[in-house]
Amino acid sequence: MLDYETLKIIWWLLIGVLLLGFAVMDGHDMGVGTLLPFVGKNDVERRVVINTVGPHWDGNQVWFVTAGGAIFAAWPIVYAAAFSGFYWAMLVVLWALFFRPVGFDYRSKVSNPTWREIWDWGLFVGGTVPALIFGVAFGNLLLGVPFHFEDNMMPVYTGTFWGLLNPFALLAGVVSLSMLTFHGANYLMIRTEGDVYARARTASLIFGTLMLVAFAGAGVWVSSDMPGYIITSVVDPGALPNPLDKTVEIQAGAWMGNFARHPMLWAVPGAAFVGGLLALLFAWAKKPVLAFIASGVAEFGVIGTAGVAMFPFIMPSSSDPRSSLTVWDSVSSHLTLEVMFWAALIFTPIVITYTGWAYKMMAGKITNAYIESNDHSAY
Amino acid sequence: MITQEVVDLSRLQFAATAFYHFLFVPLTLGLSFLLAIMETVFVITGKEIYRDMTKFWGKLFGINFALGVTTGLTMEFQFGTNWAYYSHYVGDIFGAPLAIEGLMAFFLESTFIGLFFFGWDKLSKRRHLLITYLTAIGSNLSAVWILVANGWMQNPVGSHFSYVTMRMEMTSFWDVVFNPAAQAKFVHTVSAGYVTGSMFVLGISAWYMLKGRDMEFAKRSFRIAAAFGFASAMSVIVLGDESGYAVTEHQQTKLAALEGMWKTEPAPASFTLFAIPDDEKRENHAEIKIPYALGLIATRSANKEIPGIDQLEARAAERITSGIIAVKALEQLRAKTADDATKAAFEAHKDDLGFGLLLKKYTADVSLATPKMIAQAARDSIPKVAPMFWTFRVMVLLGFSFALLLAVSFWYSAKNTFHEKRWLLRWALWFIPLPWIASEMGWFVAEYGRQPWTIFGILPTHLSTSTLSVNNLYGSIAGFMFFYTGLLVVEMYLMFKYARLGPSSLGTGRYAGEAAPALKTAH
Ligand code: HDD
Ligand code: HEM
Ligand code: HEM
Repeated sequence: MLDYETLKIIWWLLIGVLLLGFAVMDGHDMGVGTLLPFVGKNDVERRVVINTVGPHWDGNQVWFVTAGGAIFAAWPIVYAAAFSGFYWAMLVVLWALFFRPVGFDYRSKVSNPTWREIWDWGLFVGGTVPALIFGVAFGNLLLGVPFHFEDNMMPVYTGTFWGLLNPFALLAGVVSLSMLTFHGANYLMIRTEGDVYARARTASLIFGTLMLVAFAGAGVWVSSDMPGYIITSVVDPGALPNPLDKTVEIQAGAWMGNFARHPMLWAVPGAAFVGGLLALLFAWAKKPVLAFIASGVAEFGVIGTAGVAMFPFIMPSSSDPRSSLTVWDSVSSHLTLEVMFWAALIFTPIVITYTGWAYKMMAGKITNAYIESNDHSAY
Repeated sequence: MITQEVVDLSRLQFAATAFYHFLFVPLTLGLSFLLAIMETVFVITGKEIYRDMTKFWGKLFGINFALGVTTGLTMEFQFGTNWAYYSHYVGDIFGAPLAIEGLMAFFLESTFIGLFFFGWDKLSKRRHLLITYLTAIGSNLSAVWILVANGWMQNPVGSHFSYVTMRMEMTSFWDVVFNPAAQAKFVHTVSAGYVTGSMFVLGISAWYMLKGRDMEFAKRSFRIAAAFGFASAMSVIVLGDESGYAVTEHQQTKLAALEGMWKTEPAPASFTLFAIPDDEKRENHAEIKIPYALGLIATRSANKEIPGIDQLEARAAERITSGIIAVKALEQLRAKTADDATKAAFEAHKDDLGFGLLLKKYTADVSLATPKMIAQAARDSIPKVAPMFWTFRVMVLLGFSFALLLAVSFWYSAKNTFHEKRWLLRWALWFIPLPWIASEMGWFVAEYGRQPWTIFGILPTHLSTSTLSVNNLYGSIAGFMFFYTGLLVVEMYLMFKYARLGPSSLGTGRYAGEAAPALKTAH
C-alpha cells in the first residue's frame, strides 16, 4: 500500500496528465473547430476539415469528461468549490460544448446551405469558447478566487462572473486559445492537402507566434509583482485533509518561489518555448507530424508551468486565504486515492493504445474526392 | 443564502436534465446491441442486406447518440455546479465510479463509435464487427458504473462518516461495486434499454410493411427485434421484481409509499391493485386488494412483516431524536471543544446523524427543535404516496403490455406470417413511444421515492445544494430550456426524416424510391 503523502503527489501528477491528454487530444479538434470557418472556403472544403476529426472527436472529448470525473474522485472539494463558484463560466463552457456532438453529426445530414453554415459556426463556438474560458479559469486560479468555507465545509463563492474577466485572466485565455488553435492547425496540416493545407499552415504560423508572445507576457506579469500564495503553518503532508487547518499568506512574487528553490523546474516553461519554436519551425518547413508533436510539448510546458508555479496550491482563496485548497488538504481518503490510482494505472495505457490504433486505421489525407465519393456516409 | 426555493429549483433543474438525458440513453443501450446482432448475421451469412440494415439503423443510432453525449455532459458538470455540498460530502465514494466510467466505458464507446461509422471501407469485416461489439459493450459498461454510483445513493454501503474531514469516506470499494441495489438496478435498466431499442426497430419496420415498401429489409429487421425484444421484456419483468425486492430490503419508506401502505398489516401483506391515495387524510379510497400478494413478492416469505407508514414514521421520529445528539456532538468536535463524553456520544449516535440533519430544514440549531418540528421531519421522511403509487403502476402495466406485444410478434415471426397481420403492425407502430414513458416513470419511482434524501438515510436533499442565488437558478434553467428545446426539435426532425427515407438514405440504389428527386437532398 502506498502511503498517503505519495498518493497525494501522484494524484497531482495524474490530474496533470489528464489535463495534458485533454489539451493534446480534445485540444486539436477544438482548434480544428475554431479554424473551420476560415480554412474551409466552400462546402466541400469544410467537410474535409470536419472529417479530419470526424471519427475521433468523441473519443477525444472523453479526456475532458474523465478529467472532470477524476477531479471529482480525487479532489472532491475542488470539484465542489470550483464548479459551483465558476457557475456561469461552467455553464457557458457546457452550452458551447453542446454544439460539438450535434454540429459534427447533424451538419451534413441536411443539404440546405444555411443549415450547414449555422452548424459550422456552432462548431466554431464549440471549439473557441471552451478553449478561451479554460485559460481564463487558470488565470483566475493564479490570481486567487474569492471564496471561503462555512463551518460545515460548504463552499461559498463571493465574487461575480464579470470579476473573472480581469486583464490577467483574459491574457491567460489568449494563451490557451492560441495554443489549442496552433495545435489544431498542425493537425489539419497532417490530414489535408492543397488550399486547406496552405491555410492551415498560415494559421499555425500566426497562432504559434501569438501563443509564444502571450505566454511570455503572462510570464513577465507573474514574475514581476503579481501576488502569489504561501503556506505559513507547518504542513503535515500525510495528515487527514482539512483545508481550514492551515494559515496562508499572500506575497508578491510568491509564485516564483518553487523555481527559485528548484532551478531545474525552469525546464518546464523552457519546454513551452522550445516546443513552440520548434513547432513553428516544423510548420514552416512543412513537416506537420513533427510540428504536431512539438506543439504537444509546448502544451505540456504551458500547463506544467502553471502547475509547478502554484504547487502545492490548487485553488487559492483571495478573500480568505486559509480556505485555499492545496494538494495536501483537498484530496479524497487514502483508500479512494489508492483505488483510483490503480484504475488509472490500468486503464490509461489501454485507452492510449486503442486510441493510437484507431488513428492508425483512419490515417491518411482527407481529400475533396473522398468527400464527393462518400457523400452519404461522411460528416 | 440557501433558501427552500434554491433547493426546489435545483431539484427541478436536475430532474429535468436527467429525464432529458434518459430520453437518449435507453435507445443507445438497446440499438447498440441490435446493430451488433445484425452485423453478426452479415458476417456469418455474407448477405449484403444485413450490412445495409446495420448501416441504416446505425444512422438512426447516430442521430440519437449525439444527443446522448450532449446531455451527458450536463450530468457530469451538474453535481459540481448545483450540488456542491453533496459533491464534497460524498465525492469520496460517488466520484470514483464516475471517474472509472470515463476511463473504462466512455473511452471505449466513444473511440469505437467513430470507427463504426467511418471504418466500413478501412477495416476488414471481422474487425468492423469487433468494433461494433466494443461500442455496445462500452455503452453497457457506462450503465454499470453510473448505476453503481446511483445504487450507492439508494443503499449507501461500504462507507462511514469522518468528522475530521466532515464527509463520508469509502471503507470498501468492493462493497460499493457489488452493492445489491446497484446490481438489481443495472440489470433492470439495461433490459429496459433493450426493450426500448427493440420496440423502436419493430415499430419502424412495421411502418415500412404497412406502406408495403422495403419488405425484405423490414421483415428481417422486425424478426431480429421481435426475438431480442421478447427476451428483454421477460428480463425487465423478472429483474424488475428483483429491483422491488432490493427496495424492500433497503428502502422501506419507498416501498410503503409506492404501495400506499398507510398502516402495517399482519404478514403476508396484501397487494393494492388499484386505489386513490389521499396524502392529506393519509388513507386510500376505492381500494382493490389482492390478499397476501405483496408480502409474498416483496419479502419472499409468508411471515415477514412489511412495515407501513405509521410504523416507519414512528421509527424515524426516534432516529431524529437520537440524531440531535449526534449533530450537537459533531458541532463540538468540529469546534475542537469536545471532551471524551461527547466523543462517546457521537460514536453512539452517529448512525442517526442524517436524521438529525433532517431538522435543519426547520431550525439552524437542532437542539432547539420542538416536538412539532420532530414530528414534521419524521413525516418528511416518507415520500408522497399518490405520485409514487401511480407512476409505479403505469410502469408495471406498460411492462406487461410490452411483453405481450413482443410475445405475439415473436410468435408470428416464428410462423412467418407477421407481415400479413396489419393489426399487429399497427400495434407495434403506435407503441413506439411507450418504452420511454416506462423508463421515465421508473426513474421517477427510484428518485422521487428516495426523497427526502440524496443519500438515503445520510444526507438530506435540502442540504445538498450549492450556495447559489435564486436568480442564478432561474437563469440556468432558462438556458437549459432554450438549448434543450431547440436540440430536441432538431433531433426529432432528423429522426423522422431519416426514418421516412428508410434504407434509401444509404444511397446504394437498392431500396424503395431511390430514383426520386427528393433523395438528392439526403446525405
Ligand atoms: C443507464 C444508463 C445511464 C445513466 C443512468 C446515465 N447515463 Fe450518461 N450515458 C449513458 C448511460 C447512462 C450512455 C448509454 O452510455 C450514453 C448515452 C448516449 C451516449 O452517448 O452514451 C451516456 C452518455 C453520457 C456522457 C457523454 C459521454 C461521451 O462524451 O461519450 C456523459 C458525460 C454522461 N453520460 C454522464 C452521466 C452522468 C453524470 C449521469 C448521472 C446522473 C448519467 N450519465 C446517467
Ligand atoms: C438518468 C436518469 C435519471 C433520472 C430520470 C433521474 C431523475 C431524478 C429526479 C426526478 C430527481 C428529483 C427528485 C426530486 O427532487 O423529487 C432526481 C434527483 C437527483 N438524482 Fe436522479 N435521475 C436519474 C439518474 C440519476 C443518476 C444515475 C444519479 C446518480 C448517479 C442521480 C442522482 C441524483 C441526484 C444527486 C439528485 C438531486 C438530489 C435530489 O433531488 O434527490 N440521478 N433525479
Ligand atoms: C413488470 C414490470 C416492472 C417491474 C416490476 C418494475 C419494477 C421496478 C422497481 C421496483 C423500480 C425501482 C427501483 C428503485 O427504486 O431503486 C424500477 C425502476 C425502474 N424501472 Fe421498472 N419495473 C417494470 C417494468 C419496467 C419497464 C417496462 C421499463 C422500461 C422499459 C422500466 C424501467 C425502469 C427504470 C429505467 C427504472 C429506474 C432505474 C432503477 O431504479 O432500476 N421498468 N422498476
